[in-house]
Amino acid sequence: MPHDHHDHDHDHEHDHAHEHAHAPPQPDDKVHSYYQMLGVALKELLVEKGVVTADEVRAAIEKRDQTTPAHGAKVVAKSWVDPLFRIKLLMNANQAVAELGFPMTTTQLVAVENDESVHHVVVCTLCSCYPRELLGLPPAWYKSRAYRARIVSEPRAVLAEFGTHLPDDVEVRVHDSTADMRYLVIPRQPAGTEGMSEVELAALITRDSMIGVSDVSAPGA
Amino acid sequence: MSVASVVTRNDPWTIDLAPGDLVRVRDDYPPGHIRTPVYVRGKVGRVTRCFGPFGNPELLAYRLTGPKEELYEVRFLQRDLWDDYAGPDKDTVDLDLYRHWLEKI
Repeated sequence: MPHDHHDHDHDHEHDHAHEHAHAPPQPDDKVHSYYQMLGVALKELLVEKGVVTADEVRAAIEKRDQTTPAHGAKVVAKSWVDPLFRIKLLMNANQAVAELGFPMTTTQLVAVENDESVHHVVVCTLCSCYPRELLGLPPAWYKSRAYRARIVSEPRAVLAEFGTHLPDDVEVRVHDSTADMRYLVIPRQPAGTEGMSEVELAALITRDSMIGVSDVSAPGA
Repeated sequence: MSVASVVTRNDPWTIDLAPGDLVRVRDDYPPGHIRTPVYVRGKVGRVTRCFGPFGNPELLAYRLTGPKEELYEVRFLQRDLWDDYAGPDKDTVDLDLYRHWLEKI
């Protein structure tokens, strides 16, 4: 580990009599990068100067952590069982998701639907734009340089690595979220699930299917 | 760096592109906070949606104010972006681009 060397030096700066006075560093001790330190320092200054309170910061983090792909799954499941809602979602996604209790905060949502001729997949090649109100925080791979570079130039190879193999007669349409719009993929409803309830369907709908790197599978499939 | 140099349009925004229009992305490399990816600069695509006026990130990044820019969804064929694209000719990439980066052709 990169910080072992540092810890070793640190021990030598101490009187040997104190060598065992402190618990040794634990393997999960977090080493902050320069920019993480800057973030911590900025937060502490903002709290110290009374711009925000520590409790407001905590509450914002708590709220963010409570947003999960289950929100997006509820939206998609409703679009599968309610044709009018689906139209609204495609025409005015912000209004549609706000009605389900998941309002967009600063961006515009665009819902795109997979069908037998087009498969959509979402990326932000510039940073990590993502419909966080519906899917929570993006997974690490979504933010990786490899995904961001490759999904726009060899999408079928990347999709295959996710286990998604599309026939050549299906158009792969990549959405690069370069501006104020955020994209939500409406995956295809799997065959054999027509009689299921909205709640049962929502349980099938995964984060990855709403990013577009996978399809939704029927139970037991 | 002169931040003002990234602003290329002084006229107020107008909706002068429509779905179906062919556009070429400016092949330009100004400094600053540019949200037009390099891989589409100089490339030809087709307007697919008009989103309306949005704040220009090239100004917002520096807390400057200025005219809003029309935002368009532009669709590119993969084969027009990458010489060695391995998939079918019909595969596409959609990007959201501001009017001042688009030249109607």
